[in-house]
Amino acid sequence: MTVSRPWRIGLRTVALAYLAALLFVPVGLVFWRTFEHGIGAVWDSITTPAAIHAFQLTLEVTAIAVPLNTLFGIVMAIALARGRWRGKGLVNALIDLPFAVSPIVIGLSLVLVYGLHGWLGPSLTKAGIQVIFSVPGIVLATIFVSLPFVVREVTPVLKEIGDEQEQAAATLGAGWWTTFRRVTLPSIRWGVAYGVVLSVARCIGEFGAVSVVSGKIAGETDTLTLLVEKRFSNFDLAGAYAASALLALIALATLLAMTLMNRRREEGDA
Amino acid sequence: MIATSLTGRGTAGRAGDRPPVAARARRRVTARRPAGAALGLGLGTLWLSLIVLLPLSAVVAHAFAGGLGAFWDAVSSKQAVAALRFTVLVSLAAALINVVGGTLIAWVLVRDRFPGKRFVNALIDLPFALPTVVAGLVLLTLYGSRSPVGIDVAFTQAAVLLALLFVTLPFVIRSVQPVLIELDREMEEAALSLGARNMTIFRRIVLPNLAPAILSGAALAFARAVGEFGSIVLISGNIPFKTQVGSVYVFNLIESDAPTSAAAVSTVLLAVSLLVLLAIRGLGRWGARA
Amino acid sequence: MIPHVRKTAAALLAFGALAAVAGCGGSSDTSGGSTNASASSGGRNAKTTLSLVAYSTPEVVYDQIIPDFQKTTAGSGVGFKTSYGASGDQSRAVDAGLRADVVTFSTEPDMTRLVRDGIVAADWNSGPNRGLVTTSVVAFVVRKGNPKHIHTWADLVRPGIKVLTPNPYSSGAARWNLLAAYGQASHAGKDPAAGLAYVKQLIAHVPVQDKSGRDALNDFTSGNGDVLLSYEYEATTAQRKGQSVDYVLPDDTIKINIDIATTKTAPPAAKAFLDYVLSQPAQQRFADWGYRPVNAAVLAANKSKFPNPPGLFTIEQLGGWRTVNRTLFDVERGAITKLEQSAGVSTAK
Repeated sequence: MTVSRPWRIGLRTVALAYLAALLFVPVGLVFWRTFEHGIGAVWDSITTPAAIHAFQLTLEVTAIAVPLNTLFGIVMAIALARGRWRGKGLVNALIDLPFAVSPIVIGLSLVLVYGLHGWLGPSLTKAGIQVIFSVPGIVLATIFVSLPFVVREVTPVLKEIGDEQEQAAATLGAGWWTTFRRVTLPSIRWGVAYGVVLSVARCIGEFGAVSVVSGKIAGETDTLTLLVEKRFSNFDLAGAYAASALLALIALATLLAMTLMNRRREEGDA
Repeated sequence: MIATSLTGRGTAGRAGDRPPVAARARRRVTARRPAGAALGLGLGTLWLSLIVLLPLSAVVAHAFAGGLGAFWDAVSSKQAVAALRFTVLVSLAAALINVVGGTLIAWVLVRDRFPGKRFVNALIDLPFALPTVVAGLVLLTLYGSRSPVGIDVAFTQAAVLLALLFVTLPFVIRSVQPVLIELDREMEEAALSLGARNMTIFRRIVLPNLAPAILSGAALAFARAVGEFGSIVLISGNIPFKTQVGSVYVFNLIESDAPTSAAAVSTVLLAVSLLVLLAIRGLGRWGARA
Repeated sequence: MIPHVRKTAAALLAFGALAAVAGCGGSSDTSGGSTNASASSGGRNAKTTLSLVAYSTPEVVYDQIIPDFQKTTAGSGVGFKTSYGASGDQSRAVDAGLRADVVTFSTEPDMTRLVRDGIVAADWNSGPNRGLVTTSVVAFVVRKGNPKHIHTWADLVRPGIKVLTPNPYSSGAARWNLLAAYGQASHAGKDPAAGLAYVKQLIAHVPVQDKSGRDALNDFTSGNGDVLLSYEYEATTAQRKGQSVDYVLPDDTIKINIDIATTKTAPPAAKAFLDYVLSQPAQQRFADWGYRPVNAAVLAANKSKFPNPPGLFTIEQLGGWRTVNRTLFDVERGAITKLEQSAGVSTAK
């Protein structure tokens, strides 16, 4: 539908005003406070050994969590949108659950399972595997919080485009992997892309759950978000904002990367 | 629903349009895929169980560690009930506002053209990437007692809503965007050529197609709002019976060495979220069938 | 298409590679960067590595003490892993399996939890220092110059005065503040009714109870409230870090005990470190930051910095932590809990 000009401008204004008040100004404030004391100070802030290590750890954890959840997301989205089986409603709700759980409870739940007195903790310790208060614990917590994104982004797209093309491919003799690779996957690229972008942003920004399970061991299990909190606690506000700005930049870089990769189908033309 | 028959690309298909060959092919397709699909579903469910169900069931089990009586005491305390009620209400409000605002913004981002649009699009995900601590602090600075724009909502219920709107901003937008991009505009053009007005086209063609995505995003936004902690804890003041949300109350219980009560209240929060999520999805399915 | 999938995978791998490739991590993150020698990097040639799990505020002090220790014969070659966080959270973490050799917390229950679960020996407080590493007192933190002339507990409840104090339920260490308020009004516990009456009055003057002491301090320095209840060393640390605050020691206040102990599984170097922390150079470091040393010689040398409040009382006089946690702060039945809850109904912003 082509919207008339006054309507178009009106909608645009309302949307941008809402975004401005809620998003642009607050985020702008973060960046402003970051660079208040000059770029040199910011650079120093984010190149301390602790900051570099936190940056590395954050990326490492994200690089593990996101691909796993993307795989899970695509598989489950196909099962949900294309499959015929009972219990879809429940599984759907369960997939959304990670968001409803407050980060403190996520931390608590992981301690209850993998901690010293937990369900699996003692056996894992005996086997020499340290999960909690170590990087694997952080990875588990991060996977937990970013689980639903790709599923949720891809499922509506799959439902929207329907399975005619897939059926057509099958008629022409394509096996399921070929169909998946050449018909399904390209049609959900934007869903996957946005899902990955959101997952990355969520992984790097997670604080509460990681705070409980990481043990906060300086130089080992301090992620960027934990570093932000630590700096706030030590009256290093400038440093805290610098680390936050770095997080924001990582998120922006991810989106940029995704947009570049999908450049060919920008506006949704068929 | 009229939309179903007008939606050429839906799984419902066009009545009377399907040639016999395709029907046979369809049977063949479903016969060939089960093994792979079942395996995929199985693995997916296994992953879901390991990552989500296992830890959460530990919480539920712990909630009853003190017996049913202790569980009931913990969740029926006046403060728990007030916190739970406030949490659900304010999260629903946030989800609703997001439905309207988010769809609007997604529309503008996909269908409109203006300088800087790509930049705006990029910023949408920032509420996730920013640690909630920073988000809360910044919102407090902007809309608190030292507000440069003269809006002071710190320590009120409005402040909680504000924090929630911030952290749930991307959900509906990013949910609707990919669907809007894939939307087949032929239907809209057909309706337009038949003389339908924009409002009608939107209401009867576009919106029904977007509905699953909108609901999906709204469900996510609601779930996230219920669990939000970091950004609220600064700006809301956590005043019991007024602005204290469930997650903060649970935190206080843990810090006060009452982990069983904490687990109990968390279990109730989870149950409520699960119910609302099921309801939202149920609503979507009922609407699709009507 | 495959190229698309490949590109996505490549980008993600690049992220991971970037993360893995850049050198090995550092640890201490002071802006001066002077303490890089401490922690993991020192551990490479170390014979032992000690894990220090501490509550959050003394990080700045240990950042100096640890390199000092590593320069002594007892400490040469000893690597350190440090972890700082809220006292209760840290204690619970050690309880749940966080590796620790030396632990220090700001409330005794955080230590006794570990004793109960067999991580710290039962005789942790039987030494000459009675398990303490430093002490402090509850103080009033005010704006520079004390414009509202706040000197006594009675001043806190003057009309219009806004007091900031953290939520005692989200921070166990924050209970010291209310214990001081309660203790001074109840004559060190002898008159509970009077104590509770004062606390009730006080809570009415508290617009918001932040999650932790540091949050409350940040809230205060951002311009909220007229006075903040906090510890003496919080105020001095803030001043040293450039915050423009002053502090007042009321005549009647409570003595805050900061505990320290080694764990049962700690290597011998842990005891050496503990001894060093209690020795003159380390205790002087604490004194420089505003913590009251337990080393008698150092305390005497710094007398001028740490005046003795005439009405100083201790938590033992109030019955000890177990009693106050049960009677005052119990989440269901505590007396102060009831006050807090009723305040939640009547206090509007």
